[in-house]
Amino acid sequence: MSAPINERSNLDLETPEKPYLDSNELIINMGPQHPATHGVLRVILKLDGEKVLGTECVIGYLHRGVEKIAENRTYTMFNPYVDRMDYVAAVSNGLGYCEAVEKLLNTEAPPRAKYIRVILTELNRIASHQLWLGTHALDIGAMTPLFYTFRDREEILKIFEKYCGARLTTHAFRIGGCQYETYAGFEKDVKNFLTFFAPKIDEYEALLTGNRIWLERTKNVGVISGADAIALGVTGPVLRASGVKWDLRKAQPYAAYSEFDFEIPTGENGDTFDRYMVRMIEMRQSMRIIEQAVNGIPEGPIMGKVPKVIKPPVGEIYHSIEAPKGELGYFIVSDGSTQPYRVRVRPPSFVNLQALDVMVRGMLVADVVAVIGTLDIVLGEVDR
Amino acid sequence: MLTAFMSYLGSEVSPGVAGNQLWALIYVLIIFAGVSVAVICMNWLERKALAHFQVRLGPMRVGPHGLLQPIADALKLMLKEDIIPAQADQFVFWVAPLIGLLAAFTVYTVIPFGPSQAVSDMNIGILFMLGVSSLGVLGIVVAGWASNSHYPLIGALRSSAQMVSYEVAMGLAVISAILMTSLNTSGTGTLSMIGIVQAQQQQGIWFLFKFFPLGLIAFAIFAIAMVAEVNRTPFDLAEAESELTAGFHTEYSGLRWSLFMLAEYAAMIAVSSIAVTLWVGGWMRPFPNLLHAPAWDFIFSMFPGLTFGGLAAIAFIGTVRMPSHSFFRIQRIGLAVFAALLGFLALFLLFVAVVGHFASAGVALPVALPPKAADFLRAIARFSDGIDYVYWFVLKVAVFMYLFIWYRATWPRYRFDQLMKVGWKVLLPISLGVLILTAAVGVIVS
Repeated sequence: MSAPINERSNLDLETPEKPYLDSNELIINMGPQHPATHGVLRVILKLDGEKVLGTECVIGYLHRGVEKIAENRTYTMFNPYVDRMDYVAAVSNGLGYCEAVEKLLNTEAPPRAKYIRVILTELNRIASHQLWLGTHALDIGAMTPLFYTFRDREEILKIFEKYCGARLTTHAFRIGGCQYETYAGFEKDVKNFLTFFAPKIDEYEALLTGNRIWLERTKNVGVISGADAIALGVTGPVLRASGVKWDLRKAQPYAAYSEFDFEIPTGENGDTFDRYMVRMIEMRQSMRIIEQAVNGIPEGPIMGKVPKVIKPPVGEIYHSIEAPKGELGYFIVSDGSTQPYRVRVRPPSFVNLQALDVMVRGMLVADVVAVIGTLDIVLGEVDR
Repeated sequence: MLTAFMSYLGSEVSPGVAGNQLWALIYVLIIFAGVSVAVICMNWLERKALAHFQVRLGPMRVGPHGLLQPIADALKLMLKEDIIPAQADQFVFWVAPLIGLLAAFTVYTVIPFGPSQAVSDMNIGILFMLGVSSLGVLGIVVAGWASNSHYPLIGALRSSAQMVSYEVAMGLAVISAILMTSLNTSGTGTLSMIGIVQAQQQQGIWFLFKFFPLGLIAFAIFAIAMVAEVNRTPFDLAEAESELTAGFHTEYSGLRWSLFMLAEYAAMIAVSSIAVTLWVGGWMRPFPNLLHAPAWDFIFSMFPGLTFGGLAAIAFIGTVRMPSHSFFRIQRIGLAVFAALLGFLALFLLFVAVVGHFASAGVALPVALPPKAADFLRAIARFSDGIDYVYWFVLKVAVFMYLFIWYRATWPRYRFDQLMKVGWKVLLPISLGVLILTAAVGVIVS
């Protein structure tokens, strides 16, 4: 067969010539065109029958050089590009970038802008989790939740569209605050969404949580211990499901998160079902945050004191936020010019994807798609 | 030939039993056409029902409410390029869909749509049926093997293991139904499909409720195993879309692929027919013994006409509710014509039911009829009975077909090892226990 893909490949793809009707391992290519790899992920599976002996992820099919583009754009011009990384949670990406540059400029957004940011980011978290739930359920074979979640996600996207004109790649925030004041009726729309959405989560759970087949497919599948997860740098719901209570919204509060009362759900076993439950509870907690933020949104300016031409002082900064998929970090090096010298993104999907091999070794082919689904990767973010 | 045609008309048994090959051929053609039409209807219904489960509309563009969509799809599939992968085993690749199709359609030779509305009444009917329907797996295995590709191969492996393990539980559940037939008045059991239904009639109970709850459990096992038998959700591992892209038919396209689909749906109807025959009273209308008066016969014989009348009404309401924009004019006309066709069919069925009733009730007419006309009336009466039988049979099968769609909308997919666990550790012991208990209870009762 073919040679190893590279020297560091953890799969031995050389298989010796064997006679007809032998029983050697099966090397199978899952992706980049595959219904369950969430885009263009390619996973090379080494199988013994249906049992997975090893995996190797081949990524880069969606590489657009986002980090390199940053070096040739001004700080303001680069802002929309980050939306294209994790395109299902564009608001979170924008928040992380804007806060990182603000930190570099040693400035801060005004309180009202921070509240708007929290509301939109948490709405986006719900939208991202909805998309995860629909596709994850579809991977495991349940078709219907996908349509329910997309129906309800539409309400969030409508709010985004009314606020900033875009539904997916929103570019909602600017460095220093927000470009747009909330539209008339924004608070009412958000509150309406909260009352609309609360029974919908119950609807999703009615379809899945107690379902025997769903339990069998998710319990004890793709188990990763808390220590392993930390060692691999896994963050977000995947880490919390393994029992590690680590959420940047609490651990290093940013935006206005220190002012809200919410809980961080954790799991115990670190299996797919725990990750499912953690995300379901997170959606409810996000609703709590949104409710508090909408009720307590202060008056005032929405744009901080930021110069027209952004020229941060020489230096470097690392700022990270809790994106729906985990820790999203921006490392920005400034050489004092209008363009960043280097931008490095720490994407949660990319780091979490490393855990795939640990989680699926010894499991079956069907579990590979379940685990890819539960890791909640977005290939735009993995490849950047 | 004409004598062969005419001689069977007054017969009370199926053409196979009467030894009338011409009529057997006619029945085969009717069933083949009927099943093909049923598959087309099922295709449309599944897409529409599934869509409504999932808060969407489903096909809406090709014909009114997408009624012509299956036909458009069939045409498209027939016109597609016929691709055989270069590395595939060409002949086996070619023959695999035909095996599945043949297995699915051969089953229909012994399915009794009525006491004489079957191609043949084999004395080992149910055995024949189990044997032939499990041949369907051969088509899948062979397709997976011949494709010479990894995903189809895994799909084929899964399918073979799955069918083998579910066949066993299914067979045991069937045996308990057969044991129940031995308690009929003559005291001997039967393997004949028609005999099984007649035994239910003689004992005055659907085997579903026989020896409660034993019949119910055996039926439940059969109902689960039959879903696995035809590779439908939650047991659709062989084609597991999200895991194996399309499983055993990954490499198939165009007409060959559509043959697989045809075979799958035909097999679904076939196993549902077995379930109906064994447990739910086959062609019998509800309470055939309790409500036996000719008046009841008449009321129940109105059902087919009323059903089509209802469908016509639904189609007509759809016509009225369609937007009045000129874009929909052709669709409106199409749906109105469809409603009219259904309505005429309803009227025809009602007419047949009324005439059949008066013919069989022997109402004294003011004038004596010539013998030819009397024969004709008797033929209509028999035709009316036949419509009743087929109607109730199809109605019961339709319930099972709806269940297949419902399962698909609701459940995730089992994993391979869990499927085996359910098959061997749950269904098999239960079905064995039920079998032994049924035998014991049968001995005690008789």
